[in-house]
Amino acid sequence: MNWPSVKDLANRLSNKKGDVILMNKEMFLKALELLSDRIIDSKELLNDLDTQIGDSDHGSNMTRGFTEAKKKIDMVKDKDFSTILKTIAMTLISTVGGASGPLYGTAFLKASMSVKDREVLVGEDFIKIHENVISGIKQRGHAERGHKTMLDAIIPAYEAFKESIEAGEDLKIASQKATDAAKEGMEYTKGIKAIKGRASFLGDRSIGHVDPGATSSFIIINAINDVIKEG
Amino acid sequence: MKKIINQVENIVDEMLKGIVKAHPDHLKRVEGFNVLVRKDAPVAGKVALISGGGSGHEPSHGGFVGRGMLDGAVAGEVFTSPTPDQVFEGIKVIDSGKGVLLIIKNYSGDVMNFEMAAEMAEMEGIKVDKVIVNDDVAVENSTYTTGRRGVAGTIFVHKIAGAAAEEGMELSEVKRVAEKVIANTRTMGMSLGPCIVPAAGKPSFELGEEEIEMGLGIHGEPGTHRESISSADEITTHMVEKILSDIPFDEGQEVAVLVNGLGATPLMELYIANRKVAELLEERKLKTVKTIVGNFMTSLEMPGFSVSIIKLDKELKELLEKTADTPAYK
Repeated sequence: MNWPSVKDLANRLSNKKGDVILMNKEMFLKALELLSDRIIDSKELLNDLDTQIGDSDHGSNMTRGFTEAKKKIDMVKDKDFSTILKTIAMTLISTVGGASGPLYGTAFLKASMSVKDREVLVGEDFIKIHENVISGIKQRGHAERGHKTMLDAIIPAYEAFKESIEAGEDLKIASQKATDAAKEGMEYTKGIKAIKGRASFLGDRSIGHVDPGATSSFIIINAINDVIKEG
Repeated sequence: MKKIINQVENIVDEMLKGIVKAHPDHLKRVEGFNVLVRKDAPVAGKVALISGGGSGHEPSHGGFVGRGMLDGAVAGEVFTSPTPDQVFEGIKVIDSGKGVLLIIKNYSGDVMNFEMAAEMAEMEGIKVDKVIVNDDVAVENSTYTTGRRGVAGTIFVHKIAGAAAEEGMELSEVKRVAEKVIANTRTMGMSLGPCIVPAAGKPSFELGEEEIEMGLGIHGEPGTHRESISSADEITTHMVEKILSDIPFDEGQEVAVLVNGLGATPLMELYIANRKVAELLEERKLKTVKTIVGNFMTSLEMPGFSVSIIKLDKELKELLEKTADTPAYK
């Protein structure tokens, strides 16, 4: 008699209506599509934020990258998680430019390396993704928390997420807490001085403006949460 | 927004086509990439120089490709650094086996994309090294920031390091010369108004009728502070003083000057400013051995200008005076 593998079992479980402790392939693709759409829809908002402290193009650059990424996702949607994320990473690296290209490219590349051989994602996978994404961004951008960058949204999200999962809460709750923390982190960037990126050239004049990179990171985390929430 | 463009997404491609049509003796385009290289690239036995950055700074950077300056220039989207695959392609085409020096302006995006390209090139066994230009005195120079921006002083790096490479120096020597240029070059800029990035479609900042922005960068990013407009001499004096107080200039020191227009300021006004720069340097008993006035590192249609001053020693002076033959600098 053939027993189903653990992966098969997990896949079946995750397909049961109302079961939200896992992210399956269907949700995974939905999340990628939704986060791409949300970034594209936020083009003006991100450009406006970047106009305050940068050079007005964060929205345009991200939109160019995710428009291209969406097309590529469609071409590789039958492949594994890792291949799909790697495809997004390479697309962002070769189309976005600016600082966001290498940073988000590195983030998706690290995410891709974190989910090799996975067919569903559980809380621990998201913790690992977060950890690798954060170390990758730090390494590429030589930035730390508090420098008024995307890390100010991502690191609090990771901490809230990890705490929640380790406390035994399910993915739905952990994901919501991560999103709330990312939002708070994004808002926190308004009050601090930029240390990294073009905004740092402004010195104290960068205070009072929300960081565009922290905002795009929040948009991405929020989109993933919306898919997890729906189950 | 009034601009002479077609589709926003085609701006860079169409511009590059136009540049090649205008300068077929100097340049060729790397097929399928936003990269311009010397017509005779790769030049055998010579270290190659590559630079680049966002578009919108014309004639930077393609205008400086040619004998005695750059071997390649990579064009990103408007004000957006080029992607690593584009830079990598440029490196591959210009490398003659003697190595490639990347001349990068100090912006996080430029640094990261060029570094990724350098990593890709190293994996292919190409010898690469880099220098980072950070000549803008307007920006606070502290370990707690990204550091200073690279602005118009970059032209001196292209020219002098380009001459060093043309003379047959090895990669490490060309890099040493480039770093000496960077250590001795200072720039300060100002603007009378914003520019409009085509994709954004609106002004990069707002200035009142009587306001000017001091210390701004070349991407329309805001400057250090705003003040009321004053005379050309007052503005120029402020800028030159800021530069001269940044590093020690001794009496009798030889210098070269670049008065650079940001895109919409007429040469008439640049010459008026240059007159004052010359006067101030004479008062300080500095010997100006070369003056360059014109549009070299622009910011689309931004009105304004920058002043760059470089301290010269014998080596830098000799290399600066070597002939170069490029579309925008001869």
